[in-house]
Amino acid sequence: MTPASIPALPRGVRTHFDRVRGLPVLLGPERVLMLDQIGRAVLAELDGVSNVRAISERLADKYEAPVAEIEGDVLEYLQDLAEKRLVDARDG
Amino acid sequence: MRGMADLPLAMLAELTHRCPLACPYCSNPLELSAKEAELSTEDWVRIFGQAADLGVLQLHLSGGEPASRRDLLDLVIAAREAGLYTNLITSGIGLTPKRLEALDEAGLDHIQLSVQGVTARMADHIGGYKGGFDRKMHVADHIARIGFPLTLNAVMHRQNLEDLPATLEMAVRLGARRIEVACVQFQGWALRNRSALQPTRDQVDQAKEVIRDAISTYRGQLVIDFVPPDYYSDFPKACMGGWGSTGLNVTPDGTVLPCHAAETIPGLVFENAKDKPLAEVWHDSPSFNAFRGTDWMPELCRTCDRRDVDFGGCRCQAMAILGDATATDPVCRKSPGRPLLDGLLAEETLPEVAPDLVYRRI
Repeated sequence: MTPASIPALPRGVRTHFDRVRGLPVLLGPERVLMLDQIGRAVLAELDGVSNVRAISERLADKYEAPVAEIEGDVLEYLQDLAEKRLVDARDG
Repeated sequence: MRGMADLPLAMLAELTHRCPLACPYCSNPLELSAKEAELSTEDWVRIFGQAADLGVLQLHLSGGEPASRRDLLDLVIAAREAGLYTNLITSGIGLTPKRLEALDEAGLDHIQLSVQGVTARMADHIGGYKGGFDRKMHVADHIARIGFPLTLNAVMHRQNLEDLPATLEMAVRLGARRIEVACVQFQGWALRNRSALQPTRDQVDQAKEVIRDAISTYRGQLVIDFVPPDYYSDFPKACMGGWGSTGLNVTPDGTVLPCHAAETIPGLVFENAKDKPLAEVWHDSPSFNAFRGTDWMPELCRTCDRRDVDFGGCRCQAMAILGDATATDPVCRKSPGRPLLDGLLAEETLPEVAPDLVYRRI
């Protein structure tokens, strides 16, 4: 995962609102991840077109935070999901 | 107490016990239920809705072979309509390209394909079904063509553990994102075949090394989940993440169980989903409450610092080995039952040639 990578949720991985527990979750093969505010914000930006840099810039704008700082967090978060095969990334 | 954390996340729906394969480690009970006793489509649709209302997020459609149910497509449609993440656990036998395409259309989320071996010779020997391996490979090609997310479930044991590297390569070749390397757990039919299936210590040590290397080799490409042969572990498995805490199981005739082997524990009375709503069974059934929390535990477990890590281990294993479902799982090094388990291990892995397999048949 690099700033130029274009991340996307692969088929079989989707966000879902757990209406019983009142929580947003990420569902994948044999996986249920509860999403916190950061996770939800990052995943909402995955459109299969934007690269990590563009996503980080949008989030930095939205949350009024330095891009460099946001980008580090986004990279780390997406890299972790990629290793679990819950996010796919292609080179931009 | 009814807390949010105490709701089930997953349900295993054993749609049928019918299966073209006859694997000698089948997790189904020794006494299989007949087709006539199976729940109707309407029953299952109602149960899926109740499961979603109760908090279940993931539905595993299993068996037997779930493709043996003619209404599989209707069941997948209903499961998705109920909002459930729907996983099909299958041997592949009975899934024609046309059926797979219809399941794709219906929104099936994921397929878990079992593998009995990496060669036709081994796979058909274990599955007890000639030609099964070739058919499975054909199905796997169509799964890949359609683009279903795929997990391989490779059941490993004394007779095929040496093929572990080739099994991992097969997963990559078939385009799987994930592989479960599941060493046989001794319940159901596997218990009857334990001596033929129990790996030796050398095999286990080698397998662990292969897995360690493979996890780094395949990082980002293939997720590897390893279920170790637990007789060789020092501490018991956290069976079901704790009894009645995260999952439930519905059998072909509608019996609601805390785990697939729970019926081996005498004295427990199980409800049927035809008679009672799932929520009522989950919260109030004496069988679900039997081993919840820590009150049921022997002193050894209750005062142990691993109490909330492995929850005393597997109740069905304590029953099967020690004849006491309330005992510490004999896998535990601290258990007074451990010497008995060590004795079984030594005795059963001794013969040069493993005994013949007893196949699962209805």
